Amino acid sequence: MKTYEEINQKIRKGEAVVVTAEEIIDIVEKKGIKKAAKEVDVVTTGTFAPMCSSGAFINFKNSKPKIKAQKAWLNGVNAYAGLAASDIYIGATELSDEDLLNKVFPGSFKYGGGHVIEDLVAGKQIKLKAISYGTDCYPKKEIETVIDIKSINQAILTNPRNAYQNYNVAINKYSDRTIYTYMGILRPKIGNANYCSAGQLSPLLNDPFYKTIGIGTKIFLGGGEGFVYWEGTQHDPSVKRGTNGVVISPAGTIAVVGDLKGMSPEWLKGTSITGYGASLTVGIGIPIPILNEDIAKYTAVKDEDIYTQIIDYSKDYPNGINKSYGEVNYKQLRSGYIEVEGVKVPTGGLSSYEKAREVAEILKQRIKKGRFELTKPVKSLSSGE
Amino acid sequence: MIKKRVVLIFPHEVVSQPVVYHLVKDYNLMINILRARVTPQEQGRLVVEISGSKKELEAGMRYLAELNIDIQSLARDIKWHENKCVHCTACIPHCPTDAILLDRDTMEVSFDKQKCIACELCIPACPYQAIEIVI
Repeated sequence: MKTYEEINQKIRKGEAVVVTAEEIIDIVEKKGIKKAAKEVDVVTTGTFAPMCSSGAFINFKNSKPKIKAQKAWLNGVNAYAGLAASDIYIGATELSDEDLLNKVFPGSFKYGGGHVIEDLVAGKQIKLKAISYGTDCYPKKEIETVIDIKSINQAILTNPRNAYQNYNVAINKYSDRTIYTYMGILRPKIGNANYCSAGQLSPLLNDPFYKTIGIGTKIFLGGGEGFVYWEGTQHDPSVKRGTNGVVISPAGTIAVVGDLKGMSPEWLKGTSITGYGASLTVGIGIPIPILNEDIAKYTAVKDEDIYTQIIDYSKDYPNGINKSYGEVNYKQLRSGYIEVEGVKVPTGGLSSYEKAREVAEILKQRIKKGRFELTKPVKSLSSGE
Repeated sequence: MIKKRVVLIFPHEVVSQPVVYHLVKDYNLMINILRARVTPQEQGRLVVEISGSKKELEAGMRYLAELNIDIQSLARDIKWHENKCVHCTACIPHCPTDAILLDRDTMEVSFDKQKCIACELCIPACPYQAIEIVI
């Protein structure tokens, strides 16, 4: 019905009709799928949540004489240096050698790789230490210097797994003490239930069969621009789906990349998960071109139509037992309470709905103003269809 | 009858004294202990709700001051850094008094100091260090 080029022409002229994944719900309800698909050109999605499989490649200006970094630290946090001489990778969950970890339980993990990335993006000065064994071409054996985002050659955010399509609801059913997980603090006797998805705003939940989101798709990443470079690790399109095609447990993922120099600390936040570790909270927004009625229908998905599983994180998850204690939808989760085994349980989120909404709105404005065009994927993600 | 919520910081040498007993017995005050602990610096920290007549309350406070016990109002004690909060809502199920509130329409988190009893349950729950205890 519409092509990428037709939509991009409209964007260039400032005539594209762009709405968020929340707004399309009302439009479809009022006007019907047919009319909505004709009138709307782009639907913007958003998410803002801790995404542990994130990190950044950094190429620092080499010293004189030169060093072939063998081991490296940024503000004391370990960086991977098993690459060419002045290339390093700082992973979001990496910590410093001095971190107390969980020795005093639960550990607080106040400063890790995610915080280094946030500080770097914020323009702060970062201490770089590197050691080596010395070679004829790279004789220096140790450097201690200060870098910042401007003084380094490249800083490329490269996240192998982001934007999970749906996620578990975590409970503590079996332990008699409070447990500290990557899904947050879970009190005993199912004292609370934590979830982590933007639901009806979440990118892959609005494109359940990856008809438009694929390799090469340009996205909002960390406040700047990025691209989907591959399907994410653990991408699994084969999980069970509801009659609306929406997955009912964690499924698809994307691997994303972008220039850290164009990003903002507002959308890349160092994260400290008590008792678990450090991470990076990433803001991602993906535009979905409304090429036909099918795609329009998928973007109109509502929180009450997106279901997920309640999983125990005290015994089952740690031991690889795949058992659900019930199915709930995101309308229930966002209401503040769900029912688990007949008991009312308060819910907490890890994914910020408020920020997801803001991402979708920013992306909408960028497209409307002609500052962001859409790209057709060069290859689709495996869809399980 | 006046009711007051305060944080009492006990210096090291007072930690072993039965201060609350004296407040009840000698000053006729009603004490509701909301939270008590000895900090790593060996200071005592007691969050209490004290009720009594104006005169008795003032006398009790004078007694505490004479012991070098620092009296702080509860509201100043817990600080919510709005600029650090990303409204993820991880703290919401842990707050026992609804001092941390979530507007379900805007999905924005806010903090009502008046309702806070400084139980500190929200502090480890926040991944962004947005809630701070000011000692």
